Amino acid sequence: MTALTFTLKAELKQRVDVSPLIPDRLADRASDEIGAELLQYGNRQVRADELFSIEGQGSDRLVFRGNGKLDYVGRGMSRGEILIEGDAGSYLGMQLRGGRIEVSGSVDAYAACEMKNGEILIRGNAGDFVGACLPGNKKGMAGGVVIIKGNAGDRVGDHLRRGAILIEGDAGSYLGSRMTAGTIAVLGKVGDHLGYAMNRGTVLLAQMPGFVPSTFNDCGTHTLGFIPLLLKGFEGLDTRFSEMSDTLKRVRRYAGDMCGLGKGEILVAV
Amino acid sequence: MNINGVQIDATFAEAFPMRATRVIITAQNLKWAYHAAQAMTGFATSVIACGCEAGIERELEPSETPDGRPGIAALIFAMGGKTLAKQVETRAGQCVLTSPTSALFAGIREGDKIPLGKNLRFFGDGFQIAKRIGGKRYWRVPVMDGEFLCEDTTCTVKAVGGGNFLILAESQPQALAACEAAIDAMKKIPNVIMPFPGGVVRSGSKVGSKYKALSASTNDAFCPTLKGQTKTDLSPEIESVMEIVIDGLTDEDIKKAMRVGIEAACGLGAENGIRRISAGNYGGKLGPFLFHLQEIMA
Repeated sequence: MTALTFTLKAELKQRVDVSPLIPDRLADRASDEIGAELLQYGNRQVRADELFSIEGQGSDRLVFRGNGKLDYVGRGMSRGEILIEGDAGSYLGMQLRGGRIEVSGSVDAYAACEMKNGEILIRGNAGDFVGACLPGNKKGMAGGVVIIKGNAGDRVGDHLRRGAILIEGDAGSYLGSRMTAGTIAVLGKVGDHLGYAMNRGTVLLAQMPGFVPSTFNDCGTHTLGFIPLLLKGFEGLDTRFSEMSDTLKRVRRYAGDMCGLGKGEILVAV
Repeated sequence: MNINGVQIDATFAEAFPMRATRVIITAQNLKWAYHAAQAMTGFATSVIACGCEAGIERELEPSETPDGRPGIAALIFAMGGKTLAKQVETRAGQCVLTSPTSALFAGIREGDKIPLGKNLRFFGDGFQIAKRIGGKRYWRVPVMDGEFLCEDTTCTVKAVGGGNFLILAESQPQALAACEAAIDAMKKIPNVIMPFPGGVVRSGSKVGSKYKALSASTNDAFCPTLKGQTKTDLSPEIESVMEIVIDGLTDEDIKKAMRVGIEAACGLGAENGIRRISAGNYGGKLGPFLFHLQEIMA
């Protein structure tokens, strides 16, 4: 499939909101119409072709030659694919409804914020509040899969409701805070205040955290049938978790946060 | 028509529409998957009094099951969707939820949805956990041996019940041997079950009875001990008749099963006392599916 490629003409001085540049809007557009799309650039609006040189036809596949100042990449998109060569800014895949976003570099805060469905693959690191909701809102990510090959920041999965966040590196503090449901899995280390105020949902850890919060109660070690099923469900995605369905079955279960509803769980592989 | 000395009657089996679903039961090993599956499909020989007709379709390799454990596929048939839903739910709750190490999954994913674990989850008394995996919803219900993992729903499809054929033999052991050969062959056919004990019915019925309370009674025309007492359909040398009833997801599945079953029975031939193959019908009034024996064996 031919791709529609956006390459920056010059170094960005301000952050730019590229949310209008999604396959839903551009797939059937002519090149001049795409160039005329208005983007918020700092405190003013500019045409897309002022910032980017645009190659290719309207397509379900977009490519950005990345930059850490590109915010809201793929916001609300429902189909197609966006590839980012390099880094992206904040709010990557915010309110994503379908389709796929892949970033070869790293992203800033609020990736997959309020995401509904689809797939996000971040090959580098992700900032804080992955899969969370906007400040003041109470409904975080509600579906889909986010894969982070590197490390993730603090407050990952804050208010998470459904879907899975798979982190192959380390995660910061307050992982899974205020989770309503859903799954977060981490292969590396995790920070302090794990599962803070978690109501329901699952945090699956490949290694024992520095310490388990005192508001999580030890439920013992168990072989849980749903874990291989969960991991097999990631087959076809570019994640190491999908290869672990034969090995990761037995876990130590901690239930909490007992200061909240107390129906969440931290599962640590043994 | 005559196969290996066995006469194939110019008659037909008559079948009727049903609703069906398939469930997949897995467990720590095949032995415990069988325990759960046999319990779930027990007392399910005929809709006349069991509520549903059910049976084990086949064993599943770990690679074929959702959770990678050994499993059993079972088919459950009922006269309507509501009855089927009720039967599936009560049987799953009493026979699979209770069976050690078991897990329960949908075996049919297209059609009308009915609850599988959707209501069984309440057994978890608030400790149950929902997980959406690959677009499907599962329930983790805490139980004393660990967790009961159950898919939220399964689907029902249109199906066919009541396909059958009769094996007429010179003795009871010979009739049973032919039935066993037929069942062994028919078990290899997918999408069908033979719901009676061992797949064989010795008490074929006719519609109606001299007793008003009964809707069905013994098929006296095929009862060998009544040859001199009733209008018999048996010749003097026939001493035993047994029936094989088949439920299938489609009429084609039933035809395939009937064909291999009759072939296997006829394989024993007249020298082993197998004399005739016939079929049960109600003059074409019972159901829209007519399985003409001679067409199937042609």
